[in-house]
Amino acid sequence: MKSFEYVITDPVGIHARPAGIMVKEIKNLIGTTVTIAKGEKSANALRLMAVMQLGIKQGDTVKVTVEGGDEAAAAATLEKFFKEHF
Amino acid sequence: MITIQGKGVSTGVAAGPLYFYRRAKGTITRFTVEDRDAEWQRFKDAQAKAIEQLGELAEKARVEAGDEAAMLFETHQMMAEDLDYEETIQGLILDEGQNAEAVVTDVGAQFADMFATMDDDYMKARAADVKDVSGRIVGILLGIVQGGIDSDVPVVLASDDLAPSETVQLDKSKILGFVTSGGSGSSHTAILARTMGIPAIIGVGDQLKEEYEGREVIIDGGTGIVAVDPDEDTRVHLMKKREEQLKRLALLNQLKGQPNETKDGQKIKIFCNIGDPSDVAAVLENDGGGVGLFRSEFLYLNCDDYPTEDYQFEAYKKVLSDLDGKEVVIRTLDIGADKQIAYFDMPKEENPALGNRALRICLNRPEIFRTQLRALFRASAFGKLGIMFPMVTSVWEVKEAKKMCDQVRAELDAEGIAYSDDVEIGIMIETPAAAVISDRLAQIVDFFSIGTNDLTQYTLACDRQNNDLGRFFNAHHPAVLRLIKLVTENAHKHGAWVGICGELGADLELTETFLSIGLDELSVSPRSVLPLRQKVRETNVSEVRERLMDDLMSDANTI
Repeated sequence: MKSFEYVITDPVGIHARPAGIMVKEIKNLIGTTVTIAKGEKSANALRLMAVMQLGIKQGDTVKVTVEGGDEAAAAATLEKFFKEHF
Repeated sequence: MITIQGKGVSTGVAAGPLYFYRRAKGTITRFTVEDRDAEWQRFKDAQAKAIEQLGELAEKARVEAGDEAAMLFETHQMMAEDLDYEETIQGLILDEGQNAEAVVTDVGAQFADMFATMDDDYMKARAADVKDVSGRIVGILLGIVQGGIDSDVPVVLASDDLAPSETVQLDKSKILGFVTSGGSGSSHTAILARTMGIPAIIGVGDQLKEEYEGREVIIDGGTGIVAVDPDEDTRVHLMKKREEQLKRLALLNQLKGQPNETKDGQKIKIFCNIGDPSDVAAVLENDGGGVGLFRSEFLYLNCDDYPTEDYQFEAYKKVLSDLDGKEVVIRTLDIGADKQIAYFDMPKEENPALGNRALRICLNRPEIFRTQLRALFRASAFGKLGIMFPMVTSVWEVKEAKKMCDQVRAELDAEGIAYSDDVEIGIMIETPAAAVISDRLAQIVDFFSIGTNDLTQYTLACDRQNNDLGRFFNAHHPAVLRLIKLVTENAHKHGAWVGICGELGADLELTETFLSIGLDELSVSPRSVLPLRQKVRETNVSEVRERLMDDLMSDANTI
């Protein structure tokens, strides 16, 4: 299991469009389960609406956890993705 | 005439008959299904069909309104196959034997509700997306074809609130404008209307009555006015506005993306003057090359006390990010003279135009200046920033201001806060003093921006707000133009770039002169960008330069 924390800089937070692209990206990470957590609440990152329901806003710290598959590569890919989109 | 006030969300004027959008409605009945697996398959088929339709819509939107609009439907696709959504539906069909139409309607409403109750306007607006997707699947299950516009002539389309997919499916050649009773400025209808350049007004509530169907309306998406059966004055006024807009639109289509280059290949940058982060939309709409003057005063005018560093930072950052790498020149606080702010508590002056204003206040009250500079440098990490000091008369002022910039940078370094090391520092040339010593000033700055309103006022000793001085206040006065020429030559001698950010920059009678003088940039109001670009592209500098410069510099008494 690998994880990283990220502070959201996008003014709208995690919104539908980039979240949708994220789901596509994660589908390419074969055998890896990705979880996004904000405080107590967490969601499987493949579940678009559940991720949106976390209501992640600018300034929030999220914890992204990857499990299974090539964890190191998956974490690196996702960290880059978060920096670019959120 | 009946006048209705709504909220304009997409500018432009449209006139035509009012037409109410008719939604094909199916009745949803509830029953228990015998064959649950077959019902589940029926849902899966409808879901697949919906995803296919959304894919087609995405392509249609891509062509009509660009990638952003297409992405919306791709998001809808993902919502349609969202696992939580699908599993909830699956449970109700397979475990409880409910029929697919009823289940999708219920689950759609349930998910929409979850968004609607979120503490975030953006997420609230997403409820409409979920409803839209669910409505599509239900429609397919019921075999309903969505309603279109049954009219031979183009219409102003009225509805409660159009779903994004409805907006895209409509035959655009039939739509002159949108009026909706509900909706929000961040709804997709508003966004799509803007990208497609169709005027739109939302939130007119129950003032818009179905009995107005077929009657003539004029809508103004700029002001949010809907005039039903307009009277003659309103019609003339709005139609004139419409004509101007159409002209601008035609110009835009013809000139958008074209370089600001003369016939003989001389280039000039055309940037925009803005006073508020929301003006950025107009900059992009008019294809401005950047922001040559962002007046920071609004931040101070909108507050009851000195705006905090964070508050300023957010505003600067927004403009820099929205401009997406194009240069943004932000002018530091320029109050005093005709712009007074109560909490600054400035003593009354006999002669405020010659008093404690702009950079003078900043240098006298460094704590205010420091807050602004910190916010500016922090924001510099998010785009291409130029910082500009107004109302300079001496070299020492600029040196002192630059020293404060160095201090702020050192502070940020110590605090580990990121900033760009590519920030340009420039000054306004608004006083004859600055123009005359511009050779010295050019050596310590990256750019000049000539503020022609003040430069004219100070050079001609004419109060620009005194209407009686009309014919004495002449911005075409050779003294002003000679100063502009002098400043440009001095800037270029020392490797600085030079622009104009006063109203004179948009004066088409002077465009040839400015090109001949060799200015690098003109910063004008967004709506002046394209007319100016057109003028530049029609000019052949080599044909006019000699004559214009001779006229300007000659000792003949005729001008």
